[in-house]
Amino acid sequence: MIKKRLNIRMSGLGGQGAVTAAHVMAMAANRDGKFSISNPFFGAEKRMAPAESYCRIGIERIYDRGELVFPDVIEVFHPQVITMGKSYTMPFYSGIKEGGVVIINSGQPLLSEEDVQRLEDLNVAVFYIAGTELAIETAGTELSTNMTMIGSVAGITNCVSMEALDGALQERFGKKFVASGGTASLDEAIKKKFAKKEMLLAKNLATVKRAYEIAGEWAEKNKIELRVGNPAVAA
Amino acid sequence: MAETKSVIGTQNKKGQTYTDTWKMMNEAPRTPSFFTGSEVIKEALRRASCDVMIAYPITPQSEAAALIGELFAEGYIGDYFRGESEFAVMSQCAGSAFGGARVFTTTAGPGTMRAMENFPMWAGSRLPIQMIVTCRGINSPLSIQPDTLEIAYLLNTGMLVWHAETAQDFFDWILKGYMVSEEPDVHLPLALCCDGFFVTHTKDVVNLTPANMCLPPYDPYRSPVPCMDMECPPVRMMRDPFVMKSNYISYATHASWQQEIWAAVERSRKHSIHWLNGLIDTENTDADVVIVASGTAVSQGREAIRLLEDEGVRCGLVKVKTLRPWPEEEIREATKNAKHIFVPEFNVTGWLAKEIRATIPNPHRVHAGPHVCGGMTMPPEIIVSEIKTALGMKTFSLAGRGS
Repeated sequence: MIKKRLNIRMSGLGGQGAVTAAHVMAMAANRDGKFSISNPFFGAEKRMAPAESYCRIGIERIYDRGELVFPDVIEVFHPQVITMGKSYTMPFYSGIKEGGVVIINSGQPLLSEEDVQRLEDLNVAVFYIAGTELAIETAGTELSTNMTMIGSVAGITNCVSMEALDGALQERFGKKFVASGGTASLDEAIKKKFAKKEMLLAKNLATVKRAYEIAGEWAEKNKIELRVGNPAVAA
Repeated sequence: MAETKSVIGTQNKKGQTYTDTWKMMNEAPRTPSFFTGSEVIKEALRRASCDVMIAYPITPQSEAAALIGELFAEGYIGDYFRGESEFAVMSQCAGSAFGGARVFTTTAGPGTMRAMENFPMWAGSRLPIQMIVTCRGINSPLSIQPDTLEIAYLLNTGMLVWHAETAQDFFDWILKGYMVSEEPDVHLPLALCCDGFFVTHTKDVVNLTPANMCLPPYDPYRSPVPCMDMECPPVRMMRDPFVMKSNYISYATHASWQQEIWAAVERSRKHSIHWLNGLIDTENTDADVVIVASGTAVSQGREAIRLLEDEGVRCGLVKVKTLRPWPEEEIREATKNAKHIFVPEFNVTGWLAKEIRATIPNPHRVHAGPHVCGGMTMPPEIIVSEIKTALGMKTFSLAGRGS
């Protein structure tokens, strides 16, 4: 499906970098010459508390902001979003548009039969990726889980290029960035973890790339197409 | 009379050139930057020749306050310090402004309410302080998300009240705001409001003026009331016995002064029109259906208009930029053709719809809503649904949030 606008809702827990992920995605889309907006949604900035972020990418100017009630893509950064209902929207897939995609960070299926049926009825594809394991394996830290989620959505939708993601990551982690007090300190924590910025950037990018390839292969195999473009031109 | 010399063209200690504000805002090249609203506040302040910034943490303005602290460390702000509470901050802002400084502060939600006593005092003292209000819920149970109820409380303080839709508005209006509020015939504080998070934490493209240009500094001797200095210390304000005594002269003094404050709000109208290119923006106001909104409700209205176009419904838009001064004539003119006027608002009371109803003929045309409150997002689909329902068109159910 080709759409003028791709709305991505990222549901995670505090400390996982969902807010950063949306910012990086939007920055990359902006670098690619697309229109984009990202914004977060959280209560108390607290680890393991629900945190959501939204990234809108399109081919025309985007005015819409705030919580993304009707997304095309939902990314679940942590199994507890589903298993413990740590989500601002219940069930976590509320509002997903027909033909959408759900990306879940888990090595095993988490959905009930009822959920599976409801998503099938909406022609929504579900992609599982063991994102945290992949982050630990590639970057050596679970703090790069958000990189696997960025890579996954980019691999399936091609809404941003790898070159733009590389540039956005450098921009984000190459300079001091304050999205919130909590996010700033997490950025510092991850920088310390990697000791050097260059190493941080290289490992994060490697994580993004691996997830991008895995997700891209899955999309190709399952004939999932969800792209940003002009539907009229494509038709 | 002392010789006056323009600073335009000279440089400040950071090497920025004091630039004619009109040229800086309208003729200087702009650089597109992908920034959060909080970062944009910082960038505006970098160019504002601000003397004093006073901070106190409250979400969602804390980031902006912290970023401006960095500006101070870099040497772009004259002085920067943290108050003991929001009430203290606003009192310290007053003290700084009495002392002749260009003052800036930021606040949000409950902080705005806690400091409320200061705002009529600022206006009454004719202090052109600029305060960013990053709106959030003010009621219990607590919410940190945007809810514009606090704006309703600011409308009658005597301050100028503007409501920004985007970070671009923020950047431009922070700088232009000083130009309006520091005019001798205005000289009033400005509450520059936005919907917290939806502007402050949203990353969007903003066109910035060159960082090596800055506003001319504030000249406190352009104040219409005696300027406080060592020859005329602040204590002078409370020393006149007739002001404090309860007698006819005292009442008459207060009454005439309050009228003068509101007259100054009215006098800001021409300056606001000049700098903001009108108090409202309009699109397709010849349509039968018109959305009138302020803040990010305008953005959500724009998306709703796109969705309605796909269904063959033509809809106009009125963006209200200034709430004080209130654009009464402009709104009356812009809505004269409308059969249905919708006023989407991020608050439960619908203060904007009430103001519009009190302004226009045939106020039954005004549909107060849709409303969201407590920090909830207003999906454009809700606006579409409200409009289609009013027009007798079939609309899909939004129950269950589309699931």
